[in-house]
Amino acid sequence: MKRVLIIGATSAIAEHCARIWAAKGDALYLVARNDQRVQTIAADLKIRGASDVKTYCIDLNDIEKHDELLDKADDALSSVDIVLIAHGTLSNQKESELSVMKTFAEIQTNAMSTISLLTLIANRFEAKKNGTICVISSVAGDRGRASNYVYGSSKAMVSTFTSGLRQRLYKSNVAVVTIKPGFVDTPMTSDFKKGFLWAKPNDVAAKILKAIDSKSAEVYVPAFWWLIMRAIAMLPSKIFNKMKL
Amino acid sequence: MTHLIKISGWGNYPQQDAQLLAPSSSESLEEIARQENSFIARGMGRSYGDSANAPKVLQTIYIDRFIKFDEVTGKLTAEAGITLREILRVIVPKGWFLPVTPGTSYVTLGGAIASDVHGKNHHIAGTFGKHVISLTILLGTGEVITISPHDHADLFHATCGGMGLTGVIISATIQLFPIRSSFINQKTIKVDCIETACEAFNNNSNASYSVAWIDCLSKRKSLGRSVLVLGEHAEQGELEIDFKQRVFIPFATPSALLNSLTMKAFNNAYWHKSKHNKNQTISMMSYFYPLDAVGGWNNLYGKQGFLQFQCVLPKIDGIANMRKLLTEISKSGEGSLLAVLKQFGASNDNLLSFPTEGYTLALDFKLISSTLQTLGRLEEMVIDMGGRIYLTKDAVMKEKTFKTTYPNWEKFEAVREKYGAIGKFSSSQSKRLGLA
Repeated sequence: MKRVLIIGATSAIAEHCARIWAAKGDALYLVARNDQRVQTIAADLKIRGASDVKTYCIDLNDIEKHDELLDKADDALSSVDIVLIAHGTLSNQKESELSVMKTFAEIQTNAMSTISLLTLIANRFEAKKNGTICVISSVAGDRGRASNYVYGSSKAMVSTFTSGLRQRLYKSNVAVVTIKPGFVDTPMTSDFKKGFLWAKPNDVAAKILKAIDSKSAEVYVPAFWWLIMRAIAMLPSKIFNKMKL
Repeated sequence: MTHLIKISGWGNYPQQDAQLLAPSSSESLEEIARQENSFIARGMGRSYGDSANAPKVLQTIYIDRFIKFDEVTGKLTAEAGITLREILRVIVPKGWFLPVTPGTSYVTLGGAIASDVHGKNHHIAGTFGKHVISLTILLGTGEVITISPHDHADLFHATCGGMGLTGVIISATIQLFPIRSSFINQKTIKVDCIETACEAFNNNSNASYSVAWIDCLSKRKSLGRSVLVLGEHAEQGELEIDFKQRVFIPFATPSALLNSLTMKAFNNAYWHKSKHNKNQTISMMSYFYPLDAVGGWNNLYGKQGFLQFQCVLPKIDGIANMRKLLTEISKSGEGSLLAVLKQFGASNDNLLSFPTEGYTLALDFKLISSTLQTLGRLEEMVIDMGGRIYLTKDAVMKEKTFKTTYPNWEKFEAVREKYGAIGKFSSSQSKRLGLA
């Protein structure tokens, strides 16, 4: 039985990861902002087979409370084996362009709060010399694009930060797994036209769990996104700037 | 910012540009449903025609959580967007099964209720609605109430089989069926024409499950030759769930692959491969959901899509009438790979529920220029024979046919009026059939 702390537990990807852990009988500690929604999910996960499910409500922008959150999770699970960090917002690029405060708020949610959590968890796991930290970043961080560079640059920070953290924690037997999902068919993206590039959240979740189990470093989900993003990253600016991406 | 998405039923015909509303929790679903008008709830989109098509659809598939499961009594409560497949994953290892299941596990709980689906055990267990203990529904007034056969019975009987036109089903409690093993003891019986097929159904009416594959292309003496497949839950064996998708057809294949020659060859092969009086034990998944192993099989019919025709003919004169119907289908030469024949048990109190005592036939028609005419002829024949067509499979039925063959439609409209559903919930199908 694994003991898993899930931060941002009401996100579609996190919920589907939780369902897989639940079916295996693992113990889960769910952290989310909306109490009613996380309670509904907790009841569901118990029926799906989780050996134990507890919940904790917090606005993750409240960075001062992160240490307390981790203490509570440690108490409830009596030590944490895996942390999945999955919270975030798909920001409105246009609104951010018109407001510095809005831009900072997006960076706060998608980058700063994650980095706060990562810093604290890293020190705890480094001390006990085991554990796996998995962070949901995004392919959007691989190259800033006009359509969503505020979100993208936040995720770029997360990706680069976890890369360094992974190297630091390697000798302490702590794995840091960075997940870069492409397009995922969730309520958050219901407005988009869906083509063959779109993946179902349950398939994405299965691949994330595989990456965690095998302690992979950086994983594109589905894998073909690695190729797409390499191609986009290598485009000369002269061409890239004229494209609509 | 409103994007329109192309949607269609499982038959890929007709298609519709629609605004998709996709809440992620039951609270946001209620909020959205209160604000919007003239929409229809849509689950997995597995009804074949336009039942879940509308310019605005409310997707329920993200509202898919278990709420309560009593492993001792087999009472299960879940949100309406959960699929039967997900339910099976949890209940089968605990020794429970669905009391009634359609031929695919890729339908939502809400959809199964709204279509009042039937299965291979209809002659014994009735429809899905019979096993619904209660359900929670959002009305046109915005109110959310819990209803059952004893509480708001009129609304309950309009909602089971009501195609989503009475409100948005939010959650439901059903009574599961106990099993000792996840295997089925299957017996196949080969019969050489429609008359002997119906006789075989009569002789095996005590079998828990019965259904027949019927060859809709064979003619004259062997018209309606069938392979009857009976099933009983095995008493012994593991309780396990084996969901393997062996093949996936990701996009529309050239529809020319399915022509009268290949279909005839397939039907011949199926007939000759099947053995008479053969007993075998197979997994529940392959017994109940053989086509679920082929993901996206609807794409085999090509870009134009296909229409499924399912009718029921009353038992009186049923065999003779079925022969007439099959003769017409065989003459058209358009019948498909897999046609299914089944004997139904008695009808129920649900106002628009499809099954009535008699024989039901279901088959696919690849959409070609003559298909709509063929279906029109079959529709006329069904009216004359006192039968009806299944709304969940329908994409083309005329208003007149619906109102003649579903005589409770006026009562249905009265219930909708009473609970504020009119103007609030409507689909392309409900408009075509002349419902307000």
